[in-house]
Amino acid sequence: MTGPEGTVGDALSGVHGSLLHPRVFGFIGFGLALWLAVSGRRRYAARVRALSDRVTSLPRRLLPDARVRAGVYLAVLGFAIAYPLALNSYWQEVLVDQIGVYVLLALGLNVVVGFAGLLDLGYIAFYAIGAYSVAYWSGSLPVHPPFHLDPFYAIPLAIVAAMLAGVLLGTPTLRLRGDYLAIVTLGFGEIIQIAATNMQGITGGAPGVVGIPHFKFELFGVHYAWGLSNLPYYYLLLGFVVLVLFAFRSLEHSRVGRAWVAIREDEVAAESAGINVLKYKVMAFAIGASTSGFAGVLEGSKISYIEPADFTVQLSILILVLVIFGGMGSLPGAVVGAAVLQWLPQYLRVHPLLGFQQQDLYLYLGALLIVMMIFRPEGILPSRRREREIGLAEHGIGRADAVGGTSGPIA
Amino acid sequence: MAASAGMSASAPGRHEVVVSVEDVTLSFGGVTSLSHVSLQQARGEILAVIGPNGAGKTSLFNCLTGVYVPQSGRIVFYSRRRGPVSIVGHRPHLVNRAGIARTFQTSRLFNALTAFENVKIGVESPQRTGPLGAMLHLPRTRREERESDSRTVELLEFVGLRGRSNDLASALPYGDRRRLEIARALGTGPELLLLDEPAAGTNPAEKAALAELIRDVNARMGVSVLLIEHDMGLVMSLADRIVVLNFGQVIASGTPAEVQRDPAVVEAYLGAPDPEDA
Ligand SMILES: Nc1ncnc2c1ncn2[C@@H]1O[C@H](COP(=O)(O)OP(=O)(O)O)[C@@H](O)[C@H]1O
Ligand SMILES: [Mg+2]
Repeated sequence: MTGPEGTVGDALSGVHGSLLHPRVFGFIGFGLALWLAVSGRRRYAARVRALSDRVTSLPRRLLPDARVRAGVYLAVLGFAIAYPLALNSYWQEVLVDQIGVYVLLALGLNVVVGFAGLLDLGYIAFYAIGAYSVAYWSGSLPVHPPFHLDPFYAIPLAIVAAMLAGVLLGTPTLRLRGDYLAIVTLGFGEIIQIAATNMQGITGGAPGVVGIPHFKFELFGVHYAWGLSNLPYYYLLLGFVVLVLFAFRSLEHSRVGRAWVAIREDEVAAESAGINVLKYKVMAFAIGASTSGFAGVLEGSKISYIEPADFTVQLSILILVLVIFGGMGSLPGAVVGAAVLQWLPQYLRVHPLLGFQQQDLYLYLGALLIVMMIFRPEGILPSRRREREIGLAEHGIGRADAVGGTSGPIA
Repeated sequence: MAASAGMSASAPGRHEVVVSVEDVTLSFGGVTSLSHVSLQQARGEILAVIGPNGAGKTSLFNCLTGVYVPQSGRIVFYSRRRGPVSIVGHRPHLVNRAGIARTFQTSRLFNALTAFENVKIGVESPQRTGPLGAMLHLPRTRREERESDSRTVELLEFVGLRGRSNDLASALPYGDRRRLEIARALGTGPELLLLDEPAAGTNPAEKAALAELIRDVNARMGVSVLLIEHDMGLVMSLADRIVVLNFGQVIASGTPAEVQRDPAVVEAYLGAPDPEDA
């Protein structure tokens, strides 16, 4: 996967080429540090946690007043609007393709994993469904739609398609216990990718689809075309993220959000309190799926090219890592977690001294997850509810795992 | 023991029936938890179910709430709002919607939520606000929020936990947890409330207060109460009638005085003379 390969003349060049590569020393040092962190966790965990708590609770402590907080949010929004104008096109592209889209994906998965506590390992399938839907409606697939739609107008249809897929997959599988759900969604993600690869006549097969048109908007004499540059997509994405943030925040503090917490905490008790568990799980699934679907539409139309290889299981895992890193069930966590974790590799990659290689990404992400689970399982900007759950679980009251399910006698 | 079926005939005289369990049998592999159990409860009655540990009391509750599905038999709940509802085969949330609410033997509160939120979840479960209404703050959503807030405060007041609204459920002392669970169940607006050993593990003062609360629920709210309890003092003072289960069978039923004299009951309890730690 990484490093040089052997040749006939020098069969072992792969071995010493790899062993002498400077990255190897980085790995070894990193591994040692990780080992130290893991073995020293008893001694340091409490102190590290207290320190990290002090840092990440700063916003909450400094901004107890809701109005001040709203002001800060506005300032952040202003920054998010103005700052990209000053970036070069490389970073603008990173901002859309690597950061913006993933922030949106993380927000959607956060509903499924964070709010409802469902482990979805095939989340990227809905992103694929969104992308293929827009390709279909714009007439870029081998199969043609009944009428052609400009991608912009295909947005609602693609969202509905992803949502429907979520409902269809969710209704039978969400009856299963949590661990089975993870397996079924993992399989679903694979099926979508393999179907896209093999159903040549419908999806265009492994080579993918080219020439998906860019967004164009034409209504009441106003028209606007998104074209090739990055910023127009960025602002569309930003608008949608802000909308989604408001919507999900309301959801979290509504009857629906409380029902999700109840289900997460104790499914039997939730049912006995009159909550239709299956309905709320499917709902979370469908909301996550449609968010993912929208991200797929946007990327499909922007890049104007999709291929099945874009929709790997690894990507589903990556988004899960973003959510866990940010803090499950926390909206600011999902945004900040996704933005930081997606920005950092790009930054390290172009850094003249560090020379980070993209293919090592999952190695570092894995290490990061281990460290997080030891020192800060609730994520960098945890939701208060999740924080409490984890705190209680550590004292042996209740459970804080994402996967639900009950077995044995119910008393 | 063969008398079990006949015993239930001694049921609710002139009163209207609220729930009727007919010939229910429930088994798990080789273990038979309930064997041809029949009983009836009158509306407005406090009916106690007693019996040694493992007698099948909790299993009966689980059948009554849709958590377990018995292999045979019928359970009919006579809802004032909806008429007769057959319970067997319905999911627990639908049973709750029909008007049966419960608490659990080992309390199952939402520990990371506040007392207020715990009760509110019960209160708002029959409401109709969906995800769109919630996201858009539609007028109905706002109205329902207000309604459930004030009902939640009322219920917390009713069970005496008004002052602990914002405490986490996990932080409450044992007796308060039991009361909170009752408040959550009452929030769903039941006609029949099932209480599984509500006084277990509480101290005498808490026990007396709990008896008072149960009497209030029954008299002031007009809720029929089906009560599993080991504390005989509590049972004798609260129950209108008692049904005795042993090895999954009804061995006696009647008024507290009748049951106390019943030889089958005396015999069943001889093996476990101190029912409180049975
Ligand atoms: N889910 C289950 N699986 C297997 N056995 C069960 C289950 N639920 C109850 N039982 C069995 O049914 C019997 C009655 O249990 P239970 O109803 O809890 O008794 P009680 O509440 O009267 O103490 C016990 O033998 C118990 O082991
Ligand atoms: Mg029991």
